[in-house]
Amino acid sequence: MARILILGAGISGHTTARWLSKWLGDKQQGGQQQTEQHEIVVVSPNEQWNWIPSNIWVGVGEMTEKQVSFPLAPIYKKMGVTFKQAKAVSIHPEGGEQSESPYVTFEYTDAAHAGQTDSISYDYLVNATGPKLNFGATPGLGPDDGYTTSVCTPGHALHANEELQANIAAMQRGETRTFVIGTGHGMCTCQGAAFVYIYNIEHLFRDKGVRDKARIIWISNEYELGDFGMGGVHIKRGGYITNGKVFAESLMVERGMEWIVRAAVKRIEPGKIHYELLDGSEQELAFDFAMLIPPFAGQPLKAYGKDGSDISSEVFAPNGFMKVDADYSPKPYEDWSKADWPKTYQTPKYKNVFAIGIAFAPPHLISKPMQSPNGTPINPAPPRTGMPSATIGKAVAANICDLIKGAAEPTHTASMAEMGAACVASTGMHIFKGSAATMTVYPVVPDYETYPEYGRDMNLTFGEIGLAGHWLKYILHHVFIYQAKLRPGWSLLPH
Amino acid sequence: MTTDAATPQGASAPVTPKNKEPYQQAYYPPVPTGFTRLMRGNLIWQFWRFIVINLKMFKLMLSSHH
Repeated sequence: MARILILGAGISGHTTARWLSKWLGDKQQGGQQQTEQHEIVVVSPNEQWNWIPSNIWVGVGEMTEKQVSFPLAPIYKKMGVTFKQAKAVSIHPEGGEQSESPYVTFEYTDAAHAGQTDSISYDYLVNATGPKLNFGATPGLGPDDGYTTSVCTPGHALHANEELQANIAAMQRGETRTFVIGTGHGMCTCQGAAFVYIYNIEHLFRDKGVRDKARIIWISNEYELGDFGMGGVHIKRGGYITNGKVFAESLMVERGMEWIVRAAVKRIEPGKIHYELLDGSEQELAFDFAMLIPPFAGQPLKAYGKDGSDISSEVFAPNGFMKVDADYSPKPYEDWSKADWPKTYQTPKYKNVFAIGIAFAPPHLISKPMQSPNGTPINPAPPRTGMPSATIGKAVAANICDLIKGAAEPTHTASMAEMGAACVASTGMHIFKGSAATMTVYPVVPDYETYPEYGRDMNLTFGEIGLAGHWLKYILHHVFIYQAKLRPGWSLLPH
Repeated sequence: MTTDAATPQGASAPVTPKNKEPYQQAYYPPVPTGFTRLMRGNLIWQFWRFIVINLKMFKLMLSSHH
């Protein structure tokens, strides 16, 4: 019997848990939360699973928190998976004081055991802890200790909606308001979430009849609009192969929005954003409402050797993400290749440890690194959310199954240079009055060996606007939640 | 230009970018014609696009598993 320990129950961790449960035998034994031969344990600090892409709709009041999340415990009980509501504190991949076997220490976060610590040994470990929302990197950023809002969690999205509605009420009284949406640091990723949000608030303002009272501004660390941390994309459009920048700028102009790019937000005061541009100039921007995505960092996990020595720097990159089978040797942009990117997400030293989703350390950026004359890095970090997270989670689950069954090496790969991603920026909830910008890219990391001209498959990399994408987004919301709840036929659905 | 939206300190009055005003941010990007906007909401055309997008995404997902 093997015990597989999964840290985190987000998109990637939950995907791994459900596939392991399916492939390793999901028969419950008299109500015991145990599979027939192997034990799967999920340790996650959150009681609820959250379909993060739909938080956008919570952030504009179109959906409730309940519509985008559900309790994890009943689902894991059904799957025969042991669930501990706790946050991981340290990893001991060589064993240590508490056990000869590798183990993880954790601290419970549920009300009944809050603050209590414990440890659990493992045969296989999957680090799917996701990102630490690093609001602290920019003074004044975030809803807790700052002056901006966020849609990264359902709670944040609810708060954003409260602030948004107050501003709408002010505009309905005849006042004018400035809305700033984008990234809150020079090294943020996840521009897509902010991109979807800005179109949703604009749609909402038109719906409420206050669009003429709102000035809407995009601010981001992208070199050009449409970069999305992937160095931008080229698409076929109107008889040309054109850059996604044109597509994104067209969307902005059509909706009367303004944009600021090449910007690192440095500091936020009540009603004022201080930012630095790539040319080194310092700028200010007044705002009434701001939703700025924070930079991500790895969760504050530590790693210790058998003798208790701190080996965190061997296991984790300086940004806190876990090192896996990527090529981390520093190299200039011109020498980057698809071979740098991890394939199996197995850690190099510990073959029974994997890091997936946002928790793995990318070898480098995808967008070209840029720096202001003052030395401020202003470039998006690589995106790893959504479809890539789920694809990686499933591949790692398959590999662990094969390793348990005797395979010497992982048998499945999920390189971001060999997988696609999709972003559907859908606005409104009405089936005939909504709209959406649909964008896909394949592969996420440009592969100039296979696709010498643009680094991407031009048939699978596309963008278009219309009701079709709106329908797709709405259907996907329900499909992914249905699937995450392990309803009948879940394994047949796309992920 | 990357900083056209940077406004004088304290400015908060809404601005509607004018596509006819040269050398401004909004002057350069393409803007959809009336026909393009019509087709974005045309149910028959969009149903067809829905099928096409789904097929492309299905192919994209199949290509992503190794």
